[in-house]
Amino acid sequence: MALDPVTQASGTGVFIPGADIDTDRIIPARFMKCVTFDGLGEFAFYDVRFDSETGEKTNHPLNDERFKDASILIAGVNFGCGSSREHAPQSLAKYGFTAVIAESFAEIFYGNSTTLAMPCVMASAENITKLRAAIEAKPDTKITIDVENLKVSTCCDLEFSVKMPESARDALISGRWDPIQELIDNDAAINERAKALHYV
Amino acid sequence: MGKSLFQKVWDSHRVGTLGDGRTQLFIGTHLIHEVTSPQAFGMLRDLGLKVKFPQRTFATIDHIVPTENQDQPADPMAAEMIEAIRKNCDDFGVTYFDLKSGKQGILHVVGPEQGITQPGTTIACGDSHTATHGAFGAIAFGIGTSQVRDVLATQTIALQEMKVRRIEVNGDLRPGVYAKDVILHIIRQLGANGGIGYAYEYAGDLFERMSMEERMTVCNMSIEGGARCGYVNPDAKTVAYLQGRPYVDNDNFEETAARWLSFASDADAHFDDIVKIDAADIEPTVTWGISPDAGISITENIPDPLNASTPEEKASIEEALAYMKLPGGTPIEGVKIDVAFLGSCTNGRLSDFREVAKYIKGHKVAANVKAIAVPGSQIVAIQCEQEGLPEIFREAGFEWRAAGCSMCLAMNPDKLIGDQLCASSSNRNFKGRQGSPTGRTVLMSPVMVAAAAIKGHVTDARNLFDLSETSAVA
Repeated sequence: MALDPVTQASGTGVFIPGADIDTDRIIPARFMKCVTFDGLGEFAFYDVRFDSETGEKTNHPLNDERFKDASILIAGVNFGCGSSREHAPQSLAKYGFTAVIAESFAEIFYGNSTTLAMPCVMASAENITKLRAAIEAKPDTKITIDVENLKVSTCCDLEFSVKMPESARDALISGRWDPIQELIDNDAAINERAKALHYV
Repeated sequence: MGKSLFQKVWDSHRVGTLGDGRTQLFIGTHLIHEVTSPQAFGMLRDLGLKVKFPQRTFATIDHIVPTENQDQPADPMAAEMIEAIRKNCDDFGVTYFDLKSGKQGILHVVGPEQGITQPGTTIACGDSHTATHGAFGAIAFGIGTSQVRDVLATQTIALQEMKVRRIEVNGDLRPGVYAKDVILHIIRQLGANGGIGYAYEYAGDLFERMSMEERMTVCNMSIEGGARCGYVNPDAKTVAYLQGRPYVDNDNFEETAARWLSFASDADAHFDDIVKIDAADIEPTVTWGISPDAGISITENIPDPLNASTPEEKASIEEALAYMKLPGGTPIEGVKIDVAFLGSCTNGRLSDFREVAKYIKGHKVAANVKAIAVPGSQIVAIQCEQEGLPEIFREAGFEWRAAGCSMCLAMNPDKLIGDQLCASSSNRNFKGRQGSPTGRTVLMSPVMVAAAAIKGHVTDARNLFDLSETSAVA
């Protein structure tokens, strides 16, 4: 079951400021009252996008008309911390994001995103600041993430290296970001392991 | 060179190496609940797959269960989610502890109670507080829904091996300082992202003296420090706790116990990092901001953005203070509360309610405070009843509820309203975490929650209760 390789992501970007943006912020728990992931896109960052009393849009970057078509989310440190809910990357993907560039990521969020073929790359604080300035000056700055060579480039001279665990890079570019088939294929080894474990 | 417990468990559960370099890891025990499992079963059906080892998955409902009347779901979607897990477990042959079983509760309370949680095993669950089970010397961690599917279909997942950081805490805690303060202190020291890429081994004489319940409180919040899993080495206390429990091999107990103990880290084990903390430096700790690492001693002031060392830190403090509606540079003691929540997988066990009950006799919850006490499981609830605890709580003005996650994440009807401020024994103070988009959370130990409920504001429990004779950790 070969999957489509993910070698790059490109589009315009939006910067969401703040460290430790948790998965409750990305998708508040009340929207997890569901039995499918359908329809989660409209609730991404809901409680910071809308005033809870008036229902009106806040000044959150996702409400900024200049960034309404952004498909690359740019953030700070420890993005996606907290709850293991896959609803978080699901809601970002369904909102229209195809990749995330951040200083660092929480581990469970990172794995969940990779399994959904959404590349998450790590950039230095300095480069995030430059990228932020670039899109602030020119919101339609096209950003390209080269997953294979771990580079981010823009239409406008800014180019820098990014990091990604080798396993995630390989999984994306080789089209095995969803490991289910490979796990299933190792059935004999699974059975052998199970036999060796006293408690199984 | 010897091996750490992490290495021993990892090696004994390694199925092989996958094409992308990750390990295919066998998951000995899988726990599922109503929120993160229905989509996984949906994927399983779409792919035409079965559950490979149905006897190794255990299910219950906890996140959305109402605590006033457990069997009346709050809305049609809650009812549908409960029906979905019932049907999924039934269709695929998975053990399900339903409301009538008498065994329902928060998965991280139920697993140890039933003896499903055992040393030297791997435990996964679509819930980030799965590290709780690490208290027993298991490698336990949260997974996403696609991985829940992977475990159901293959009993394995793809996982990158973690590094191991040994956090050694030695010495005696001061009176009025609890396991909750220990983990809040560790997270404050190492940061909310300090544990990324690590498993935490909690070691040193403090953890050796801790009860199993206290160890669970500490391991529970590993993820709040960025560590996906955290554990304490198994010892005689671990073995004694598990003996006689339903899912333990009690017929071959000696052999089983010996095997469990053999997983403990060797004396000459390698650790990627070691951090040492003196137990005497730990104070009753409360949070003031919107991340669990925003902890301060109850006697400290809320940070002042003017004293921040970097512009990023200043912006971060300002964002947190604006959300919390608290002035920087002023004492946290005295901050008014509206709600007090006692419960959750962090602090919802018998020992927590027992400890609070010792001090609240003769006191009353302040008039303007809504205080709820929510046992972590139906069994905890029964144990509390047998000891007459609900009466003590009710007498003091608490509402005594039925088992569930309740106001920790407010997926059931227990929610903050507007910008209410909650003194909470739970684990997260994120924006909106307790059910209102503007609700505010101050994390603290159960005894500190009780003190705040009585005074109507965040307060130093040591000044209200006589805690001088008590040492949480014997």
